[in-house]
Amino acid sequence: MSTPQPGPGTWELVIGLEVHCQLKTRSKIFCGCATSFGDAPNSNTCPVCLGLPGALPVLNAHAVALATRASLALGCTVHDTSVFARKNYFYPDLPKGYQISQFDRPLATNGGLVVGTAADGTPRLIRVHRVHMEEDAGKSVHDRFADVSAIDLNRAGTPLVEIVSEPDIRTAAEAASYARRLKQILEYADVSDANMEEGSLRVDVNISVRRAGDERLGTKTEIKNLNSFSAIERAVAIEFERQCRVLESGGVIEQHTMLYDDKRNQVRSARSKEGSHDYRYFPEPDLPPLRLDAAWVARQREALPELPPARRARFAAQYGLAEAEIDQLLATQALADRFEAVAAAAGEPRKAANWMLGTVLAAVNAAGVAIDAHPVSVERLGALIRLEASGELSNTAARQLFIMLEQHDGEPVEMARAAGLLQVRDDSALVAWIDAVLAEHPAEAARFLGGERKLQGVLVGLVMKKSGGAADPKKVNQLLGARAG
Amino acid sequence: MSERLEESEALDAHTVAHAWSAYDRVKGGADGLNAFLAIDRDASPMVAEGPLHGVPVAVKDNLATLTLPTTCGSRMLEGYVSPFEATAVRRLREAGAVLIGKTNMDEFAMGSSSENSAYGPVRNPLDHSRVPGGSSGGSAAAVAAGIVRIALGSETGGSVRQPAAFCGIVGVKPTYGRVSRYGLVAYASSLDNVGVFGRCVRDAALGLEVIAGPDRFDATCADVPVPPLVPARSGQSRHMPLTGLVIGKPREYFPENLDPRIAVHCERALARLVELGAEVRDVSLPSTDLAVPVYYIIAPAEASSNLARYDGVRYGLRAEAADLGTMYEQTRSRGFGTEVTRRILLGTYVLSAGYYDAYYKRAQAVRALIADEFTRVFATGVHLLFTPTAPSPAFRIGEVSDPYEMYLSDIYTVTANLAGIPAMSQPIGRVDGMPVGGQFMAPHFEEAIMLRAAAALEGALGAEAHQ
Repeated sequence: MSTPQPGPGTWELVIGLEVHCQLKTRSKIFCGCATSFGDAPNSNTCPVCLGLPGALPVLNAHAVALATRASLALGCTVHDTSVFARKNYFYPDLPKGYQISQFDRPLATNGGLVVGTAADGTPRLIRVHRVHMEEDAGKSVHDRFADVSAIDLNRAGTPLVEIVSEPDIRTAAEAASYARRLKQILEYADVSDANMEEGSLRVDVNISVRRAGDERLGTKTEIKNLNSFSAIERAVAIEFERQCRVLESGGVIEQHTMLYDDKRNQVRSARSKEGSHDYRYFPEPDLPPLRLDAAWVARQREALPELPPARRARFAAQYGLAEAEIDQLLATQALADRFEAVAAAAGEPRKAANWMLGTVLAAVNAAGVAIDAHPVSVERLGALIRLEASGELSNTAARQLFIMLEQHDGEPVEMARAAGLLQVRDDSALVAWIDAVLAEHPAEAARFLGGERKLQGVLVGLVMKKSGGAADPKKVNQLLGARAG
Repeated sequence: MSERLEESEALDAHTVAHAWSAYDRVKGGADGLNAFLAIDRDASPMVAEGPLHGVPVAVKDNLATLTLPTTCGSRMLEGYVSPFEATAVRRLREAGAVLIGKTNMDEFAMGSSSENSAYGPVRNPLDHSRVPGGSSGGSAAAVAAGIVRIALGSETGGSVRQPAAFCGIVGVKPTYGRVSRYGLVAYASSLDNVGVFGRCVRDAALGLEVIAGPDRFDATCADVPVPPLVPARSGQSRHMPLTGLVIGKPREYFPENLDPRIAVHCERALARLVELGAEVRDVSLPSTDLAVPVYYIIAPAEASSNLARYDGVRYGLRAEAADLGTMYEQTRSRGFGTEVTRRILLGTYVLSAGYYDAYYKRAQAVRALIADEFTRVFATGVHLLFTPTAPSPAFRIGEVSDPYEMYLSDIYTVTANLAGIPAMSQPIGRVDGMPVGGQFMAPHFEEAIMLRAAAALEGALGAEAHQ
């Protein structure tokens, strides 16, 4: 794929993301119905989320707490007063004929998150314009019954936050990176499952292009239906290329909603809207303005765990790990937590990182279990790494022991000893083997002791053989070297 | 039976059996007053113990009830039965009341005459050629005809007080937030209130006391405890029961062109209040004339959104059509009457991009100004305001055809809805045999003082209230 590169006289890509994130509450945002996923259609509904005449919304306090945590985790200012508003439009899966959202007074504004390092070494900050709360709509089902569409309102009223970035993103990779980091922060803040496949994290990408150096933004299109990070990257690249092509050939970009087709790897225009929709927003009269006490917001802030940006910096400083490794370790909170526990137990962060990103991740993936449930516990893995670090276990023996630990209960040192995996490091035992080898090979011994150092390797091999592989080769090497000296 | 005698009767002396005999005698149904859209002859008097034990009540058809349909006087909801009950209705039931029927109304509470019902106009029990007022005309007629002594209505711009005035009974609109709106089918949410009709002040006060109070199903319902609201029976023991009470007489409610026959009755009522010990003081609420225009921006705006749910998808009327757009169009064209359609269009317009600031936003600013003027008057030591309820007595069915002229019928009542303050109407005399209402308005959550003054005035006027 030929992606035009920005540069003088060429096109610059400008991207902003609108991310809808489902908050992890047990009940819906304005009623007591369950938010559970996959129940029988329309089973989790009540007069409120069905929009029956006379029903009224009552705000779920837990949803407010989670939305506040999300906003704080993204570095936003949470406002002491925000206002719910009605977004009016007709659609069969929108029961009231309006969506309760927030409009001119959102919950939070002015945050940002760092997505990597710019070419000049400075952090790439993508600003978050706003975070607001709203209710989800239901689902139209077109493929279940012949000739008719059906409506499932189980999802109607599910609490969402919409997180809107500034148009600060400049490449397809950066767009995917922003989405990844955002997901990570939302998971760390424990506000959402943030699962793109299940729809608890929905990413819409706004794309426009302009001549490099232009201040003014071009006309944007919006891509929906993106269900993975790689889909974001691919779709942005395709749409960028299309817009460049249109502009190069003297055309104009029309404001459109586009849909990404993952199977065909295509971006196509959705049904064009008849002009721009007028949602006739006005303040929701059924809900008083949402007022948040400063002390309460401060408590929410204090309750946040260490978030990925801080953890990233600490992993570099405390453990001396490289950026790529840190990225991998921070991929999930569980992995990062496990790594820190193992590093502490082993006293060897460097080796702990290698083990976690190599053998442990592979084993966990192969076993298909959560990392916390893996049978090689933090303590046992720590002990194994200590044995390897001290030289009592060779690399190979350590891997053998790991497999044994996966399959059997038991104390790592005992198991290694019982299986004969421990290397003999005791001087007297090693000296006895060395003496025996030298005695059995007098000619080579004489040449070696006479100064022929190149024979040392051969002799180490013979000592190892004599020990049945149990001798610590480093130690044997040292001891032999000392004889020659 | 004289009205005075009936007022002195204990409320529970009026049984369900009395209600049905009155209903049959005065013809409460479609063959007569057309005050009821549905009745429940089987409604059992064997009900919960409580302050309304065995008392028959009627409820406006925009309050959700489990036993009878809730149509809001509209084709759109013909036959619709709610799976849940309005908080106000549940509280009536829990207090022992017996729901005997649902009352006719202007469609979705939009109107001032109860002529805008899809099921035909309601007739005024005192003169069948006249309207009972609206939009809660059915409930007012049911009380005025002696079928029930307590009925629930709803108010958005005067829809309890104006029909109370037209029918010669008492109608109370409480403070916004005093009574839960849960189960009240929304017209304009920021103005809607559940209100109470009573044969006398004490009946209405008792009804209000039962339905008032915090409700976790309505986020706009205030967390304010309800004091005792039923005034003590006016005895001879207290000579000047209103001593110390300052009653404001806002000059904007007594304009030069006020019907002099109504003005005379107001002056008589004010004179009685002075005799009762109250001080009457001239006050001014300069923005009053802006209230009707502001109301007819805000109420339709909210209505256009509140009525969007009637789309034929989930419940109510659905016109079968080949595609979704046509289904919406035909359902809503057939389901809504002229006045509802007019207000939806008006509301959609004032909320549209480019008009929002000019209309809706300005209207909200003026609304705040109107509320502020009340606050300032009450801050000067004025406890209550007294005004006429409506600019005219009940007009004839079909007499007012111009919508704007009809809107002006609410000129003295919409202000209380815009400010969210409590207000009530009570009979203060008659003009050509038709009742005239006098209105009290009070500061937020001061219903108790208002009802006490109203009960005192009722006692002092005696038979004059109906002369």
